[in-house]
Amino acid sequence: MGKYAGDPAAAAALVEGHQVHRDVYIDPDVFRLEMKHVFANAWVFVGHESQTPQKGDYFATSIGDQPVIQVRHSTGDIHVLYNRCPHKGTKIVIDRQGNTGKFFRCPYHAWSFKTDGCLLAIPLKKGYADTGLDQTEGAKGMKAVGDVRNYRGFIFARLAEEGISFEDFFGDSLSSLDNMVDRSPAGRLEVAGPPLRYMHHCNWKMLVENQTDTCHPMVAHESSAGTAVKLYEELDLPEDAPKPPAMEIIAPFMSPYEFFENMGIRTWPNGHGHTGVNHSIHSNYSQIPGYFEAMVESYGAERAKAILDENRHNTVYFPNIMIKGPIQQLRIFIPLAANRTLVESYIYRLVDAPEELTARTAMYNRMINAPTSIVGHDDLEMYERAQEGLEADGLEWVNIQRLRTGEEDFSEEAVENGTTERQMRNQFDAWVKFMTRNVPAREAAE
Amino acid sequence: MSVTRDQLIDFIYDEARMLDEGRYTEWLDLWLPDGHYWMPLDYQQTDPLHVTSLMYEDLFMLKLRVERLNGTRTFSQKPKSRCHHVIQRPFVDEMNGDSFVTTTFMHYVETRLDEQQLLAMTAKHDLALVDGTLRIANKRVDIVNCDAAFRNIQLLP
Ligand code: FES
Ligand SMILES: [Fe+2]
Repeated sequence: MGKYAGDPAAAAALVEGHQVHRDVYIDPDVFRLEMKHVFANAWVFVGHESQTPQKGDYFATSIGDQPVIQVRHSTGDIHVLYNRCPHKGTKIVIDRQGNTGKFFRCPYHAWSFKTDGCLLAIPLKKGYADTGLDQTEGAKGMKAVGDVRNYRGFIFARLAEEGISFEDFFGDSLSSLDNMVDRSPAGRLEVAGPPLRYMHHCNWKMLVENQTDTCHPMVAHESSAGTAVKLYEELDLPEDAPKPPAMEIIAPFMSPYEFFENMGIRTWPNGHGHTGVNHSIHSNYSQIPGYFEAMVESYGAERAKAILDENRHNTVYFPNIMIKGPIQQLRIFIPLAANRTLVESYIYRLVDAPEELTARTAMYNRMINAPTSIVGHDDLEMYERAQEGLEADGLEWVNIQRLRTGEEDFSEEAVENGTTERQMRNQFDAWVKFMTRNVPAREAAE
Repeated sequence: MSVTRDQLIDFIYDEARMLDEGRYTEWLDLWLPDGHYWMPLDYQQTDPLHVTSLMYEDLFMLKLRVERLNGTRTFSQKPKSRCHHVIQRPFVDEMNGDSFVTTTFMHYVETRLDEQQLLAMTAKHDLALVDGTLRIANKRVDIVNCDAAFRNIQLLP
């Protein structure tokens, strides 16, 4: 038994305002506690409704370490069920997505369930007569998660039966999701193809923290973005020659520190926050013909301009997704172990917008987030070096002090210098809060 | 001048050897300027543009990749990766005047530090005879388990 096993309060003590103990990243007991508490008590992204457009469509994923199924029920609404047969535990579906028709049927002994999870039939049911099956949890069928919400097409779930409401959890941070969806003239997004899947041998929080780390691009990405700029200059093209697409996408990573300082970072309660309050590395993308006109058609000129002028760069939704509004991208950091994380990078199509936008988003995704992408290589190298470096006994604390001035109040929205590490501290504030949510109740019961 | 089947097959072998020996500048010279190197993400993917691929790179990107591999601040290449191709005899699928299509099954091994990964893949080359020299017009590499979660693939399969 490790020192934190079953003791979320002890794990929570690993977070101090300006620093975090390395065990938060490397200890398997802390990881198990995160799965039981942080991932169970927070609202966690599951999938997009366009991944299950038809009745009976399902999509298998996980919330923390819990296998779940997002499924479109016969009434048209989306349910999230644990991917586990109530009989002997068999996973009901094993493929990543498909259509199950009107019901799920367990491949082991053929218990079957409606697409809302209710038990439909058991073969040779009379074998259970007088056994009291109806008194058991299993008789209710596949278990649903605690709560589900479809917010503008994005499905979130809370595993815990009781807890914080969707509105209280996200508050004003939903403005980033709104902006991403509003960029579609139809106000609707659709997932475009399968996600990139990229295996990282490091802790999931390192990845989430990196989404608002604005002091690393010009250093870690010099090899890719810096080389791109150099190659482009060597080409010595005339001013008006079209830039290689790589220059629009990759080169802004080499922007100087002032650019990132002036960019700004906004934080919201419960661990959410975003970079790019004033401008972002997406600000200077070229215009796509016909897009603005389509937006004006739908929203009117003033509102269309307001939507498109919003330059949020990376918005982190605690605990484990990041969205990029200006290019309709969502990355989910799926925790597999203290030192193992699966990253899935999704792109979305803007319904009723020119397809060139989707093409740019797809280009961004493969240039930056692919296991074959040079920019991705820069980042992963740093995470894995950090994961290995944290084993060093000489130093035990990770510093997240940048631009911290005394005690901070994370219950309030704040906008600060774009190179602050406040958003990382904000995430840890939420981490402690959700980690210890059940602690007083349990002590009272003891 | 005409090209024989054997010359096409030798070309594919030579290309694999250049990559394995890290002769990237020579390798870039094989390419026609508007070629694309495509590595689909999805099994039997048909659209390189509006869904994500593992790679879909023009010559500027390929140059960038090669230049980066040689850079002094390329931290993910300290120490450098090495790779190794084992290829089957290429199939010559089409010979139409000055353009050719070949299909080659291969195993690709990439290694760095204590890790080694093996990928099974199929390479489809569109080749063209330009001024008496064979060149790559386009190359598509399909990894058999393209939908699996990979760690870094840093060199060129
Ligand atoms: S385990 Fe599912 S029906 Fe028996
Ligand atoms: Fe980065």
